[in-house]
Amino acid sequence: MNAQEIYNRVSEKFKEAILEYNDSVLQPYFKISPNAFYDVCQFLRDEDDLDFDYLMSLSGVDYGDLLGTVYHLYSMKHQHKIVLKVEVSREKPEIPSIADLWRTADWHEREVYDLFGILFLNHPDLRRLLLPEDWVGYPLRKDYEMPESYNGIPIIHPNMKKDTNEQN
Amino acid sequence: MSKTNVPPAQFELEIPDNLKTDEMVLSMGPQHPSTHGVLQVILRTDGEIIKSADPHIGYLHRCFEKHAENVTWHQVIPFTDRLDYIASMNNNLGYVIGLERMMHLEVNERAEYLRVITAELNRIASHLIALGTYGLDIGAFTPFLYTFRDRERILDLFEEICGARLLYNYIWVGGVAYDAPEGWRDRVLRFCDYFEPKIKEYNDILTLNKIFIDRTANVGVIPADLAINYGVSGPCLRGSGVPYDLRKADPYSVYDRFEFNICTGKGEMGTLGDAWDRYWVRVAEMYESVKIIRQACEALPEGDAKETVPRMIKVPPGEYYMHTESPRGELGYYIISTGGKTANRVKVRSPAYSNLSILPAIAPGVMLADLVAIIGSLDIVLGEIDR
Repeated sequence: MNAQEIYNRVSEKFKEAILEYNDSVLQPYFKISPNAFYDVCQFLRDEDDLDFDYLMSLSGVDYGDLLGTVYHLYSMKHQHKIVLKVEVSREKPEIPSIADLWRTADWHEREVYDLFGILFLNHPDLRRLLLPEDWVGYPLRKDYEMPESYNGIPIIHPNMKKDTNEQN
Repeated sequence: MSKTNVPPAQFELEIPDNLKTDEMVLSMGPQHPSTHGVLQVILRTDGEIIKSADPHIGYLHRCFEKHAENVTWHQVIPFTDRLDYIASMNNNLGYVIGLERMMHLEVNERAEYLRVITAELNRIASHLIALGTYGLDIGAFTPFLYTFRDRERILDLFEEICGARLLYNYIWVGGVAYDAPEGWRDRVLRFCDYFEPKIKEYNDILTLNKIFIDRTANVGVIPADLAINYGVSGPCLRGSGVPYDLRKADPYSVYDRFEFNICTGKGEMGTLGDAWDRYWVRVAEMYESVKIIRQACEALPEGDAKETVPRMIKVPPGEYYMHTESPRGELGYYIISTGGKTANRVKVRSPAYSNLSILPAIAPGVMLADLVAIIGSLDIVLGEIDR
């Protein structure tokens, strides 16, 4: 199936949930509302003619005024793929977890939580993964400011490097 | 002198009432030789049996994704070298092809062939490390020396073509950094002739060694559907019998012009998807890589490999998910451009990251010593997992 057929198939059932469909880009994508996201994913995975059994990638993105996650799905059987996008506000970044549909999402969602601060509802074990447990803030957000120190250990700041260059 | 009968030695095992027989929490790593880097696994054990394993990663986190947003498009390439530092060519390749597809850039034929040759040589070098260190984990020291002897020859070839032995920064947007020096192609072919019989040597000393088979067969079995659900890819997925190889499933560069087979595990020594199968897929893939290198060297066109390298990289706004087959599996770069001088976002979907995430699912119930065999068979590189 190509992206248009997949879109038609999904929009039959989830008319309101699909906020946008764009196939004029290199890799066509749907934008899905967070409320219906889990059901759409389950539909994509369980229907025989869709059969998306492989979650290739799950990425967090900071769009500036919104935060979002992007999902790249692939079907081993039918060899078709699709991209899903979910966008949430910065004030209430909550997206349903799909870790029980594809276990790949388990660690990837922890990573996105760790670096973007997006909360995944119903995730079995939402802890920081790459950073230490007591790290403050979410580094991959565009408005993140680098701390001066971590537990009393000074962190070399880009500005500090500039100062030393000026002195020399 | 009269002889008396000696009674058998006796001792009574006294079990005190306050002896603890509950589970023990054991921290394996981050400084443990068989975790292949700085991986820590928190184990809950009942005697020698593992009840649960919880990998803790991030000790080698170097903020690749944050750096990639702050340096120019081209300056990201040396950073990609340092992700999976034993297969740097393959890391360069994925990022660069992703950018080229966003820029709709046609690449010089000779450069494409050189990319394939270097990427496949690097795949062999990476698999040689996997083989050698796996032997070390299991307790066989000698194969390690054999594989490093042959890896050295590949590194010599890389040194000739780009000056570096480990971190190459060789594959650039639009082409490669340097054209192959004179006679390099012949030396690669000579290496193939030298190397192919050596694989039999590894089979004799390691693959078909009875002790090795006893330690790896039926250990750490990953069923195919579980592997797919966990996003396992590369030799680990093919070891479970799933013929999924991106060089065939979604061809990039000029891979569609070469003839090679997808190697899958068949459960020859035990169960399908066990540690031995994953190991065997790597051995078999080295034959296939040699096959590809031979074909690419035969067909290597004349020309200027740097002809299509652009002076300035201008990436139009858009996004692209590029996935390539690295020696560890599906290496994906999700690149978002807003048309500026730097990337808006570069996400790396690293294969070893997803491959390791299956460990908590297959570790419960195995012996402590088998965990070492399982981690070794997954062939993880922490540089890529922690990024």
